[in-house]
Amino acid sequence: MVANNSQQALSITLRVWRQAGPDQPGKFVDYPAKDLSPHMSFLEMLDMVNDELTRKGEEPIAFAHDCREGICGTCSCTINGKPHGPGRGIATCQLYMRTFHDGDVIVVEPFRATAFPIVKDLVTDRSGFDKIMKSGGFITARAGSAPEANATLIPKENADLAMDAAACIGCGACVAACKNASAMLFVAAKVSHLGLLPQGEVERDRRVLAMVGTMEEQGFGNCTNYYECSAACPKLISHDFIARMNRDYLKASFRSAFQHASNSTGGGAG
Amino acid sequence: MAKLESKTPPGPLADKWRKYKTDIKLINPANKRKYDVIVVGAGLAGSSAAATLAELGYKVKNFVFHDSPRRAHSIAAQGGINAAKNYQNDGDSVHRLFYDTIKGGDYRSREANVHRLAEVSVNIIDQCVAQGVPFAREYGGLLANRSFGGAQVSRTFYARGQTGQQLLLGAYSALMRMVGSGGVQLFTNSEMLDLVVIDGHAKGIIVRDLITGEISRHAADAVVLATGGYGNVFNLSTYARGSNTTAIWRAYKRRACFANPCYTQIHPTCIPVSGEYQSKLTLMSESLRNDGRIWVPKNKEDRLKDPNSIPEADRDYYLERMYPAFGNLCPRDIASRAAKRVCDEGRGVGTSGPGVYLDFSDAIRRLGENMVRERYGNLFDIYHEITGESAYQTPMRIYPAVHYTMGGLWVDYNLMSNLPGLFVLGEANFSDHGANRLGASALMQGLADGYFVVPYTVGNYLADQKPASRPSTDAPEFKAAEENVRSMTKQLLGNKGTQPVSHFHKRLGKIMWEYCGMARNTAGLRKALEELPKLREEFWASVNVPGSGEALNQSLEQAGRVADFIELGELMCLDALTREESCGGHFREEHQYPDGECKRDDENFAHVAAWEFQGPGKPPLLNKEPLAYESVKMSVRNYK
Ligand SMILES: Cc1cc2nc3c(=O)[nH]c(=O)nc-3n(C[C@H](O)[C@H](O)[C@H](O)COP(=O)(O)OP(=O)(O)OC[C@H]3O[C@@H](n4cnc5c(N)ncnc54)[C@H](O)[C@@H]3O)c2cc1C
Ligand code: FES
Repeated sequence: MVANNSQQALSITLRVWRQAGPDQPGKFVDYPAKDLSPHMSFLEMLDMVNDELTRKGEEPIAFAHDCREGICGTCSCTINGKPHGPGRGIATCQLYMRTFHDGDVIVVEPFRATAFPIVKDLVTDRSGFDKIMKSGGFITARAGSAPEANATLIPKENADLAMDAAACIGCGACVAACKNASAMLFVAAKVSHLGLLPQGEVERDRRVLAMVGTMEEQGFGNCTNYYECSAACPKLISHDFIARMNRDYLKASFRSAFQHASNSTGGGAG
Repeated sequence: MAKLESKTPPGPLADKWRKYKTDIKLINPANKRKYDVIVVGAGLAGSSAAATLAELGYKVKNFVFHDSPRRAHSIAAQGGINAAKNYQNDGDSVHRLFYDTIKGGDYRSREANVHRLAEVSVNIIDQCVAQGVPFAREYGGLLANRSFGGAQVSRTFYARGQTGQQLLLGAYSALMRMVGSGGVQLFTNSEMLDLVVIDGHAKGIIVRDLITGEISRHAADAVVLATGGYGNVFNLSTYARGSNTTAIWRAYKRRACFANPCYTQIHPTCIPVSGEYQSKLTLMSESLRNDGRIWVPKNKEDRLKDPNSIPEADRDYYLERMYPAFGNLCPRDIASRAAKRVCDEGRGVGTSGPGVYLDFSDAIRRLGENMVRERYGNLFDIYHEITGESAYQTPMRIYPAVHYTMGGLWVDYNLMSNLPGLFVLGEANFSDHGANRLGASALMQGLADGYFVVPYTVGNYLADQKPASRPSTDAPEFKAAEENVRSMTKQLLGNKGTQPVSHFHKRLGKIMWEYCGMARNTAGLRKALEELPKLREEFWASVNVPGSGEALNQSLEQAGRVADFIELGELMCLDALTREESCGGHFREEHQYPDGECKRDDENFAHVAAWEFQGPGKPPLLNKEPLAYESVKMSVRNYK
C-alpha cells in the first residue's frame, strides 16, 4: 500500500463489526468519517467517530486500546482483512490515516479465532494467553534468593536473540492471522526467550511441555507452516523460533518418556 | 487531623533498613495462610508485590482493570532502571545513588526511604536477571550500562528501548507462576471503585467487573494499592489512555491523605502535539540525550528553515551553554523549563506545535549510523511512524509533555498510609522522588517496593492483626461503600446529557496545562480554581454516557475516571497555590532566581503537604510532615 503523503484532509467510510455481546449476532455497520487529518492515528479516528455517535445518543464502538504506542498489546483490530491492518511491524495503534486515501472504505473487525471469543464489537477475550503463561512461562526465582547478576556471563548474541523473542507484546495477531488459529509463535517466543538463557535451562523441558499442552487445551490450532503469524506480528518475531521450539518439544517429550523421576516428595525424617 | 508519623527507624541512615528487618515481628508460615491480602494493580509495583507476598504464603487477591496483568502501563517504560552496582567502576555507590536521588528531587523527599531504595536497587538487578530479563550485555557477557539525566555515572540497566516491558514481563511471569500455584487469585477486567474502611483500618474494596458490570465486595486483612500515576489529569500525556487516579482518589475520599499532588514531571523529550484530535503524546526516551544534542536556532527567523541548512554558528545548543557540567543530561525539570523558555522567546521550531531539535548528526559522525541504530533504532522507528520523518536524516523535533506524578497517597516508612492496613506502592505513592524524579528511577522504585519492601512491612502490620479476623463483607461499611459505587454508576448512566466524556477531559487538560503545567503563578492558579468547579458542575449536568451498566461500557469507565480527575485537578491547583516556592517540577514564577532557576524556601516549605478530605464541598485540611535532613545538607541544586 502506498502511503498518502499529502497534507490534505481525507474522508473515508468505516465499515465496522458491531456485536452487542458474546452470544449476540453481529453485523457490519457503515459510518462516515469526514475531514480527517492524515496525521491522525487510526484509533484517534475511531475516537472521533465514537464522540459523534455519543452526541447522537448512540452507543460508541467498543475497541481495546491502552498505551497507543505499540507496546501493551491491547489494541487488536483486523483492518481490511489483516490483523493490525496494512503496514509491517506495527500494532493497530501505530497506524496513521496517512496510510489511507480519500474515499476509501475501511473494513474493521475484531481478531477472529475460536480461542478469542468476542466480548463486544471489536473487543475479544484473549485470556487464553494468560493461561498458557501460568502453566509454565516463567523461571522460578523467588525474591531474595537470586545470585549476583554478573556471576553468570551470557554471550551478547544469546542475550540479543533472547531479546528478539522476548519482544512479543501478547496481542494475538499471530493467532488471528493463522488459518489454524495457532498460538505457536506466541508460545515459541516465550519458550525461546527463556530457553536461550542459562537461567532458563533447569525448567526448559517442563516449560515447553506445559505451555504447548495448555495451548492445545485452550483451543488454539496447530502450526502447518504458513508463517502468516510472523508477517502479522507487530514486532516481526521470526518464525525460526517455532522451529527452535519444535526441537525443544521433541527433546523434552523424549526425555520425559524415558527419564525416571524420583518418587521422593522432598523433606526428610522428622 | 490525620496523624502523620513517618515511623522512620532510629539509628544511622545506612543501618536503618537492616535494623528494621531484624526488629520486625514475624508470622509463622502456618499462620501466613490465614491472612488475605488484596493487591490492586499489576504494574511493576503490584505484580512484584503480589507474587512475593504469595510466595511468602499469604493468600493474595490481585485486581487489575486491564484484560491481562501484562498490559499495565509499566510496559511502556523505555529507557532503563537504575542500580548502584558500580559495574562500570566509575565511582558509583549506594550513597551516591541516594544522594543523586535526593538532590534530583530538590530536597523534598524523605531521606530514610530514599536510602533504602538505593540499598535494595542492587538486589533488583539480581532478581530480574534470575527471572530471565534479557538486559543488554557487553561482548564479554557482562551486563551493559548507560547514563541517564541527573547522574555523572553510568548506572542504568536496559533492555533495548523496552526496559519496562522486559521488567514487567519478568514480574508478570512471577505473578502468573503464583496464579498457577494457587497463591494468587487473579481478577482481570476488574476495577476497584471504593475502599472499605472499618474501625479506621483498610479492610476491603468494592470492584466492578468491566465485562459483566457486576459489582462485588472483597474483604482482606490488608489492602495494597499499586495503581500507578495520575498524569492523565492533563488529558494529553505520555501515559497509557487507561491510566487514572480513581483507586487512590476514592481512597483519599475515605480519608487517606494525598501528598504533594502538585508535583508533576514534565518530560523534556516528547513528540510535539500535532492537532486537536490528539489522544496521547509519545515519549522519546531520555536515553537519547546520551548522544543527541538539543538546540534551537539563535535567530527567530530561522525557526521554519530546514534545520540541516542552519550553520553551526547560528545554532544555540542551549543546555550545553547553560549547564556545561551536565549539558544535555541535566535533570528533566531543568531541561523542560529551558525548552519552554527558548520557545517562549519565539525560537521554537516546527509548524505544528512549538518544539526544539534533538540532533544526532554528531553522534552519527562519531559512532556511525549502525551504532546509532543499534542503540536507538526502535525509538527512531517510533518517531518515523508518528511524524513520517527520519531522524537519521533530519533532527527530531521534541517538546516537553506530562510524564510522571511524584505526588500520590501519603505513606510512612512502611509504605503504609495514615489509614492502617492500606499500603501504597509505586507511582501511586509519594515517597521517594521528592519534587522531581530522576530518569530510570521509577522502575527501580516500583520493583523495590514490591519485591523487597512490602513483603517485610505488610508482615509487620499483619503480625498485630489476629489471624482470620478480617470482617465479613456483610459489614455495614461494605454495604455503604457498595451503595456509593452503585449510586455514582446510576447517576452517570441516567444523566442523558449532550457531550461525550472526552469533551470534558480535553477541557480539563487545557486548564491544567495552562495554569498548573510547566510554570505556575498565583493569578493562573486562582483562575483554575474558579474554572474547575464550573467544569465539574457542567460535567455532571451535561455528560452523556450511553449504554448500560450490565455490560462492557467504555464510556462509563471513562466517565468515572474523568469525574475523579476533575476533582483531583482542583486539589493539585490548591496545593500548587499553597506551596509558595519553586522546587523541582513545581515552578512558581514568583519564586525564581534571576537566571530562571527554582528558588526553594526551605524555612517555610521543607515539608510534605498531605491533604486530608473533609467531606464533599468542604475545603480539604492541610497536614504537614516536616522533612528533616540528617545526612545531606540542603543546598541549591547546581548542574552548571
Ligand atoms: C512512556 C513512559 C516511559 C517511561 N520510561 C521510564 C524509564 O525508562 N525508567 C523509569 O524508571 N521509569 C519510566 N517511566 C515511569 C514508569 O514507567 C512508571 O512510573 C511505572 O512503571 C509505574 O508503575 P506502577 O506499578 O506504579 O503502575 P502501573 O504500571 O501504571 O500499573 C498500574 C496498575 O494498576 C491497575 N489499576 C489502576 N487503577 C485500578 C483500579 N481502579 N482498579 C483495578 N486496577 C487498577 C492497572 O490495571 C495496572 O495493573 C516511564 C513512563 C512512561 C509513561
Ligand atoms: S494500544 Fe498498546 S499496543 Fe496498541
